[in-house]
Amino acid sequence: MKRAILLAAASGIALTGAAHAEDSITVVSWGGAYTKSQVEAYHKPWMAKTGGKIISEDYNGGLAEVKAQVEAGNVTWDIVDVELSDAIRGCDEGLLEEIDHSMLPDAPDGTPAEEDFISLALHDCAVANIVWSTIFAYDGSKYTAFDRPRSMADFFNTKKFPGKRGLRKSPKANLEMALVADGVAAADVYDVLSTAEGVDRAFAKLDEIKDSVVWWESGAQPPQLLADGEVKMTTAYNGRIFNAMASEGKPFEIVWDGQVFDVDLWVIPKGAPNKEAAMDFLAFSTDTQRLADQAAWISYGPARKSSAPLVGAYNSDPDLEMGPHMPTAPANFMNAIANGFEFWADNQDELNERFNAWLAS
Amino acid sequence: MSSLPPYTTTGQRVWHYTFLFICALIFIFLITPILVIAPLSFNAEPYFSFTDGMLEFDKDAYSMRWYRDIVENGMANPDQPTSWPLFFDWLWKALSPFHTAPPSFYTDTWENAQWIRAMRNSFFIGTAATLIAVTLGTLAAIGLSRSEMPARGAIMSLLISPLIVPLVVTAAGMFYFYSTNFNPDSWLFGNPDADRWILAQTYAGVILAHAALGTPFVIITVTATLVGFDKSLVRAGASMGAGPSKTFWKIQMPLILPGVVSGGLFAFITSFDEVVAVLFLAGPEHRTIPRQMYSGIREQISPTILAVATILVILSVLLLATLEMLRRRSERLRGMSPA
Amino acid sequence: MTDASYQVDAVHRTQTDASGLLLAADGTPLKKKLREALKVSRRRAFLLVAPLLLFIMASFVIPILLLLAQGVKDSTFSSIMPESTAILSEWDAKSDPSEEMAAALVADLISAKATDRSLATKVGTRVNREVSGAISLFKKTTRKASKMEAPFLDALHATDKKWKDPAYWKAMKIASQTITPAYYAAAVDKKYLADGSFVDQPEDRQIYVKLFVKTILVAGGVMLCCILLGFPVAYLLAHLPARKANLLMILVLLPFWTSLLVRTTAWIAMLQSAGVLNDIFVWVGITTDDQRFSLIYNMTGTIIAMTHILLPFMILPIYSVMKAIPPSHVRAAKSLGATNWTAFWRVYFPATVPGIGAGGLLVFILAIGYYITPALVGGQDGQLISNFIAYHMQKSLNWSLAAALGGILLVLVLILYWLYDRIVGIDNMKLG
Repeated sequence: MKRAILLAAASGIALTGAAHAEDSITVVSWGGAYTKSQVEAYHKPWMAKTGGKIISEDYNGGLAEVKAQVEAGNVTWDIVDVELSDAIRGCDEGLLEEIDHSMLPDAPDGTPAEEDFISLALHDCAVANIVWSTIFAYDGSKYTAFDRPRSMADFFNTKKFPGKRGLRKSPKANLEMALVADGVAAADVYDVLSTAEGVDRAFAKLDEIKDSVVWWESGAQPPQLLADGEVKMTTAYNGRIFNAMASEGKPFEIVWDGQVFDVDLWVIPKGAPNKEAAMDFLAFSTDTQRLADQAAWISYGPARKSSAPLVGAYNSDPDLEMGPHMPTAPANFMNAIANGFEFWADNQDELNERFNAWLAS
Repeated sequence: MSSLPPYTTTGQRVWHYTFLFICALIFIFLITPILVIAPLSFNAEPYFSFTDGMLEFDKDAYSMRWYRDIVENGMANPDQPTSWPLFFDWLWKALSPFHTAPPSFYTDTWENAQWIRAMRNSFFIGTAATLIAVTLGTLAAIGLSRSEMPARGAIMSLLISPLIVPLVVTAAGMFYFYSTNFNPDSWLFGNPDADRWILAQTYAGVILAHAALGTPFVIITVTATLVGFDKSLVRAGASMGAGPSKTFWKIQMPLILPGVVSGGLFAFITSFDEVVAVLFLAGPEHRTIPRQMYSGIREQISPTILAVATILVILSVLLLATLEMLRRRSERLRGMSPA
Repeated sequence: MTDASYQVDAVHRTQTDASGLLLAADGTPLKKKLREALKVSRRRAFLLVAPLLLFIMASFVIPILLLLAQGVKDSTFSSIMPESTAILSEWDAKSDPSEEMAAALVADLISAKATDRSLATKVGTRVNREVSGAISLFKKTTRKASKMEAPFLDALHATDKKWKDPAYWKAMKIASQTITPAYYAAAVDKKYLADGSFVDQPEDRQIYVKLFVKTILVAGGVMLCCILLGFPVAYLLAHLPARKANLLMILVLLPFWTSLLVRTTAWIAMLQSAGVLNDIFVWVGITTDDQRFSLIYNMTGTIIAMTHILLPFMILPIYSVMKAIPPSHVRAAKSLGATNWTAFWRVYFPATVPGIGAGGLLVFILAIGYYITPALVGGQDGQLISNFIAYHMQKSLNWSLAAALGGILLVLVLILYWLYDRIVGIDNMKLG
């Protein structure tokens, strides 16, 4: 009885509860052109189909926010677009909901979802939507046709190609690229990185250009840095550079040598406030048609085999076929590195710490 | 100052004009950045810099696309028809108690567009925080300006401190405290299945934080008007039989009203412009305009923020003009017209 | 009835008793009556302040105090690993790790894994702050813990040879302390050791003291810039006819009333390589198209944008002080034979010092805790201490270190606030 009275009294002053509207989900992704492609291909049709609302939130990758929300016990994100190593780590650490793969729709020809997705696309807690890649790019109008950067080594060569460089403020992809520039073959990169000497070697290579680096954090920054002339060359997510070329007519050029490709996956934080709706959105957005639709907005490859034949031209330019601009197109794939998700899942903390100390020193 | 007396030497003249030149430069420093964003917000390209076309005044280099983006970004279906008659029809139906707002472009933008939601949140949070800050702050200022107030200095410093303590420290502390579970069912009875009652990531949390940040302004402005307040007026009222609430509302309030209003204005602007507490305490659906701009600069980098910034600058010009007019009016009324 | 009317009543109906003491109407001594009246009015004044005081206590003071407590308290390890905590507290950190310690560790890890698989990572993360490599060590050990058999020490060594290194055991001993100076030590670049002593962090890990110094220097630099730019403007405004001054005042107040985010955005558009300022420099010929200045995403950008944002806080107090200086003082000095410079420097300038002091301290206090502007335009080397506090709150999730850094920053600011109160007085704080 006493307890009931106390509860009644306390509920009078309770100020929380109504925060989450039942019919809305918070979808978190990487902002800019990439979020735009998801809004066009996933959000709008899902909102039209279910009548639900989507609040779109941007972040710059990593598990920190998810972890903070889960540990503080106030999860506000319903579904998040993450890199593979983060999906695996988040699942290991119990930060993510498990996903039942049988709820994913089959391909139109009846192929079960588990066979239709490319390898690496399905995990206990994650379902991939795209294949993307970290490349480096430059402004073609700033170089002559004969004397332009062609390889990863050129990116790290500030004597031959003076000027500022843009790099992501994270050890991921940078260490791999540094090793490739230092002469390591793409296939051996993680073998070398797994040794202490290899890590030292990568940092030593980064040291050579450290003074001329402008660090970026969000995917929308590199095209901006190039367009504003803030840097001469920058690493970037390939789709962002492509979009600046295709929709704004910017004279950017992508160098595919030493590209680091990866998948992006949807995950649902443990305790997400609208888990049911988030699962529904996840299944809807990774069906064959939706993945193919997204490829009309940005040059990232769909994670389903059955989507590939449906990929056509860029949304605003019927003459611009998307196929040759995908990271996995054979011409682009010559010296590609598959992101070592296991390596990063294990070594992320240590290397992040070392990277931050290196930055601050 | 404006005209030099005839006996000034050449050196003094040179110095005088140099001084004016320096001041002009400082004024340019103060004002240009604010003016520059307006033309940039009409950029047809998604970058923050003037394109060659813009500098040549090419019509095609300018566009309204970023202004359109303010109302369209986040909508489920921005391709529906828009026009003023449709808008007024929607507004009339939305406000009328007999209709529910029909599904239309305007319902869609009102409910889904990111910037429109941010605007609604900013006004809601700002108004609620201001009400709390003004009510508590005015009462406290009246108490503080009484000579009998015990420990006046110490309490005053404590109440002003939200203005001084670095926002990151305040916001971090609030995030930490507001994340604790206030449900007595959990902490009193140890029921593990009880709902979590937390303030972080709710409107209430942000409002409380902003109210705390706004109160120092109310205290400062109201105390300032109370300095010139003649207490014998209250005594006169009381001696004629007016009760405390009557003397307050009929005598004291009208006289300190300018301080209350300007304190409230400061409190509102503080909330309207605050982003650190929102970064720490607000969930995605409580984003305010500054929070949306913050992520606009960091993650989206689209000139939409320039368009929003331009609108905000126009708002502050209007606000400033209103304040200036009010000031002139009150000066005229008090017979102190500017020389 | 108000307090004032009590006193009026009391005075009007006085009479005297036999001993000559003034008495009130009801026969009590007037002194006592007045004292009671004063007590009542004190209570009333306090009751007016009480609601706000309570509100500020609950929503502001208590959260900050709890945050500061978080800087010395960390129960992550002790709550998840109770048995190890008990045994480690008795270990002298010199002798070799014992079999009991190993057994307790394995038992704790098994029970933690049974509750929630994220717990072992939490413990690993905590220990990793003392010695790197602990996260993967704890993950690996937890995976194999349930299959281990006595002797556990050997089983641990077989799992990972890192367990032979006493550094990990010592790190666990530090982590097991619920009340710990480790974070405040880390915040001043010291390392707290298992035997209770402190040593300097390795050279390349010493960042926070430098950062505090940098923050203070930046705040000081911004304050100086504000004084240099604010003084002439305030002087001009104070000496122009009111109508012109009011007009120019708008140019000061407009930035003041414009959103912080708007102004930061504006500076990005102004200062970037293809920004307005560089365009003008190229056009004037100060530099060439290839050699544009880097004015943003570094310290320069931070200082320029912060100066712009804080300048009105400097101009307004100096202006109001200058307005109050009678022009006759300078005239008197000149008529006594002082040159213009002497009259200014010996008579006028000293009179403006209170304004400069008030504005300077306010700007310094605000600048030292600045977060948003450095975060947006500071790039890598323009980051200040606030940015690292936010980083540890939101990204690295090392809340205790954030609390320790915040505690030090808070103490700095409170000292300045105390100075401000002593020199300027909070009552004299003016707005707009």
